[in-house]
Amino acid sequence: MASSENPLTQFTVHKIVDLHIGGLDVSFTNASLFMVIAAVLITLFMVAAMRPRAIVPGRFQGSAEVFYEFIDNMLLENIGVEGRRYFPFVFTIFMFVFFLNFLGLIPVGLTEGGFTVTSQIVVTFALALLVFVTVTIIGFMRHGLHFLRMFVPAGVPWPILPILVPIEVMSYFIRPVTLSVRLFANMVAGHVMLALFGGFVISLGGVFFLLGGIPLLAIVAVIALELLIAALQAYVFAMLTCIYLNDAVHMAH
Amino acid sequence: MEVAAAKLIGAGIAAVALGGAGIGLGIFFGHYMEAAMRNPEAQNKVKINPWVAFALIEALGLMGFVLSFILIGQQ
Repeated sequence: MASSENPLTQFTVHKIVDLHIGGLDVSFTNASLFMVIAAVLITLFMVAAMRPRAIVPGRFQGSAEVFYEFIDNMLLENIGVEGRRYFPFVFTIFMFVFFLNFLGLIPVGLTEGGFTVTSQIVVTFALALLVFVTVTIIGFMRHGLHFLRMFVPAGVPWPILPILVPIEVMSYFIRPVTLSVRLFANMVAGHVMLALFGGFVISLGGVFFLLGGIPLLAIVAVIALELLIAALQAYVFAMLTCIYLNDAVHMAH
Repeated sequence: MEVAAAKLIGAGIAAVALGGAGIGLGIFFGHYMEAAMRNPEAQNKVKINPWVAFALIEALGLMGFVLSFILIGQQ
């Protein structure tokens, strides 16, 4: 391999404070640190931006309102007026993923370089499982056992049902997996690409220093793509949460 | 030795998945552009959705990419 360092080392989790409670390893790691930073940043941003409470918002308040209106519109378009009830849930998930994605793009962090929490399959799977369990509970609360009709599409001739119902059940239970792997794979792929090109700068620059400029230009392009991907994946995560919520609230089939 | 070689070959094969994602994105954006050009008034309605589709298509290719890196990283 050309790079001097394995591009996968950036994803290792270090312990900052070693903690064990009842045989469980609950150490404070760099992943936890970045999650705390994200939570604090989101709180500070929203509280400070909304402090003026102006009717005509300034730039800072406007930036917070953009986030609010974005999620509000998403819920209105996908679920309708009833979707407003789930605004806090979707907004929290969107802001958390959004801030974690962008924090990961900052190359200098507090613990040996930046760290992308969303590149950990554990974190994304926990988020996706939270969405999945919440949506399932909402579905059962609103429709009772009728929610199970979701697996039996209406207007289908009965001989096909033995094949169709298992497929529907499977496509329902695969949701948390695809939801988490999508975010995880995008983040890992992007950061591996950055690390690889970073390695090329060093190894090519060692041959002839001007050659190192070529992968450096590629890094600029990849960073631009990653900025798009970071926002897009947070958007897609929130969007799919809305679509799943709509399934549970309205039960299209 | 042979296992290591097989892993590298497997990593290469796994990365082929990105080619499929590339074909899919090409087909998708081609059709999107065609639709947008033929009916510019409908463009506002479908403005934001292409990015969702883009992410959904790309994710499938990236799964192969990640798999190939897992195989390389296991050396």
